[in-house]
Amino acid sequence: MTTLTKTEGAGSAPTGSDPFLSVRDLYVRFSTEDGTVKAVDGLSFDLERGRTLGIVGESGSGKSVTNLTVLGLHNPKTTQIAGEIVLDGQELIGARERTLETLRGNKMAMIFQDPLTALSPYYTVGRQIAEPYRKHRGVSRREAHLRAVEMLAKVGIPQPKLRVNDYPHQFSGGMRQRAMIAMALACDPDLLIADEPTTALDVTVQAQILDLLKDLQQEFGSAIVFITHDLGVISTMADDLLVMYAGRAVERGSVGEVLRSPQHPYTWGLLSSMPRLGSDVDKALTPIPGSPPSLLNPPSGCPFHPRCAFPEQVGGGRCATERPALPEGRGAACHLTAEQQRTVFIDQIKPRLG
Amino acid sequence: MLPFLIRRLSGAVVIMFLIGAFTFFLFYSIPQDFAELACGKNCSPQNIAVIRENLGLDQPIAAQFRDFMMGIVAGRDFPQGHCPAPCLGVSFASGDMVWDSIIDRFPLTLSLTLGGLVVFLVVGLGAGLIAAWKRGTAVDKALSGASIVLSSFQIYLLGPIVLGLLVYSTGLMENPKYVSPFDSPGGWFLGMLIPWVVMATIFTAQYTRMSRSTMIEQLQEEHVRTARAKGMSRGYVFFRYAWRGSLIPIVTIIGIDLSSLLSGAVVTEFTFDLAGLGRLAVESSVNKDIPLTMGVMMFGAFFILMLNIIVDLAYAFIDPRVRLS
Repeated sequence: MTTLTKTEGAGSAPTGSDPFLSVRDLYVRFSTEDGTVKAVDGLSFDLERGRTLGIVGESGSGKSVTNLTVLGLHNPKTTQIAGEIVLDGQELIGARERTLETLRGNKMAMIFQDPLTALSPYYTVGRQIAEPYRKHRGVSRREAHLRAVEMLAKVGIPQPKLRVNDYPHQFSGGMRQRAMIAMALACDPDLLIADEPTTALDVTVQAQILDLLKDLQQEFGSAIVFITHDLGVISTMADDLLVMYAGRAVERGSVGEVLRSPQHPYTWGLLSSMPRLGSDVDKALTPIPGSPPSLLNPPSGCPFHPRCAFPEQVGGGRCATERPALPEGRGAACHLTAEQQRTVFIDQIKPRLG
Repeated sequence: MLPFLIRRLSGAVVIMFLIGAFTFFLFYSIPQDFAELACGKNCSPQNIAVIRENLGLDQPIAAQFRDFMMGIVAGRDFPQGHCPAPCLGVSFASGDMVWDSIIDRFPLTLSLTLGGLVVFLVVGLGAGLIAAWKRGTAVDKALSGASIVLSSFQIYLLGPIVLGLLVYSTGLMENPKYVSPFDSPGGWFLGMLIPWVVMATIFTAQYTRMSRSTMIEQLQEEHVRTARAKGMSRGYVFFRYAWRGSLIPIVTIIGIDLSSLLSGAVVTEFTFDLAGLGRLAVESSVNKDIPLTMGVMMFGAFFILMLNIIVDLAYAFIDPRVRLS
C-alpha cells in the first residue's frame, strides 16, 4: 500500500505499514433537480505522514468535493457516498458526526481558497484561531488566546499580540491567509488539506504563503493534500501528484515523473495550456479543445475521449466504450500503450512545451 | 461611538426642524380658515375674529411659523393658559394641549407595541430558527406553511374571530382594555393579551419567513463552513456564526416595524376598541383638528428618527466592519 511513496529523495521512507490517509474507491454523488451528479467516480489514493500530495485538475473535476468529503463537510441529505476513507486507521465514511467533530480542526484541518470569505467578519482573528484549540484541548480562554498569539507569530504576522485582537477586515489578503493557516494549524493537525490556498492571492504573497506552508510542514510533520489547478505551484509544493478529470484520477506519480514525462493526454493538455516565463511571447498557448464534461452524464468509456486527439491510435473505438484503469503506483488511465505514450509525448507534445 | 452619536443626534435635530417646517407649511397651505375650523359650527363672526387673534392667525406667516417652532422648543402662551415645551398647540376640538392628548394615549400604544414585539420576536424568530435548523423536514414545511397562511390573515378578520371565541361565546377572557401596569400588572397583561397575540400573528409570519431564509443563506456562507471545518458543533456554528450574520436584516425590519407601531396601530386599536395614538390620528383628521393631526404626525416622525439611530447603533454592535466607517 505504498503506492505514492516510491520516489527517491526527500520525505519519509516507505514503511510498508498502512498509509496515514487512504482513500479507496470513493464515489460521491449529489442528487440535484437535473439528476445525479457523479462528482467523484471511483477515486483511490494514499498519503503518508510528512508528505504532500498535489491534486490538479480543471474546475469541477472533483478535487474540492473529495476533500470536503474527507472532512465530512458535504450535505448528508443530498450526497451519496461509497468507498472508504481511512485516517490513521479510523474509517471516516459513516462515522458519527460527534466523532468527526473531534477530528476536524484537530487531527485534520482545512485551509480554504478565499481568505476574504472564509473567515467570519464578526469575530476577532484571535478568537477564531483560539476556538478550535479551546474546544479540542479543553484549555482556558486565556491559554487559547496565548496559543492564538503564538500561532500568529509562527505564521509571520508582525506584532501578533496586537493583531490578535483585530478583525479579519483589518488584515490584508495575505495576512488573512496566514491567519487561516494559523487557525488550521492551531491543534497541530496530522493532515492538512489546502484547497487552492494561494489562488486568491497575488504572486509575491503566493510565494510567501507556499514557503510558510513548507516550513510549517517541516516543523509539524503534517501530511498535506494540496489542491490546485496551477502546475507551477504544485511543482514547488508537492512530492506526489494526482491528476483528476471528471471525478476520476487519470494519472499519478511523483511530481518529477508526471511533470517531466506525462503519460495521459489530459496532462499533456494541461501542460501545453500553461504559459511559461521563458517561452516566446508570440507563441500561442494550446488550449485543450472542448469543455469539461457534464458530470450529470459523463462520457462513456474514457471520460476524456471526446476531447482527446489520439483515440484513432488506440483503435477499435475502445476509448468510447471501455474505461481505462489507473494502474497502482506510477501510471495513467489511458488506452494508449506505454510505447505510444512515449512516442506521442516526445514527437508532438514536448516541442510545444519549449 | 460617541462622535457617531453626537453626529447622528445633531443630524436628527436638523431633520426634526425640517419636518416641523414641512408640517407647518403643509397644513398652512390648506385652503381652510383655521379660525372657522377651531370655532366649530354656528359660529358668529365675532367669535371667529377673537379666535383668529388668540391663535395668532392675524400675524404674518413668518411670525406664526416662529411662534410654532419656538413653542416646541420653549413653550408658548395661549389664552387657555401656558403651554409648556414641547408645545404642539391646542386641540381645536377639545381645547386641550395637543402634547397632553398625545401623552395621554401613549402608554397604551407603548404597551401594545412592546407586548406585540415580544410575542412576534419570540414566536416569529423562534419558528424561523427551528425551520432553518430542520430545513427540508416536515417540521420546516409545517412552520413555513403556517407562516404563509397566517401572513395572509388580516387583523380585522382574526381579531373578531378571537374575540368571538374567547370573549363572547365562552367568556374565558374579558374584552381587551388598557389598565396601567403600575396599577395592576395582572390586569394590564390580561387586558392586552388578545391584541398582542392577534397583532403579533400578522408580524410573526414575516419574521418566521425572514429568519428562516437569512439563516439558510448564512449557513451556506464560507466562513460558516470554515467554522464547521474547525470542528465546532452544529449548534455552536448555528447560533454563533450563522445567527450573528442574520441579525442585520432582522434588526432593520424590527426598527421599521417598531417605528410604525409606535406612531399608532390604527387597525388593531379600532378592532379592539382601544384608544391609542392610531385612533387619535384618525379622529383628529376626521375632526379636522389640525394642531392635533400635526402633533401626532411629528410625534411619529420623532420615533422613526430615533429608531433609525438605534438601529444604526445596533449595526455597529453586530458587525465590526461598520464600526470604523
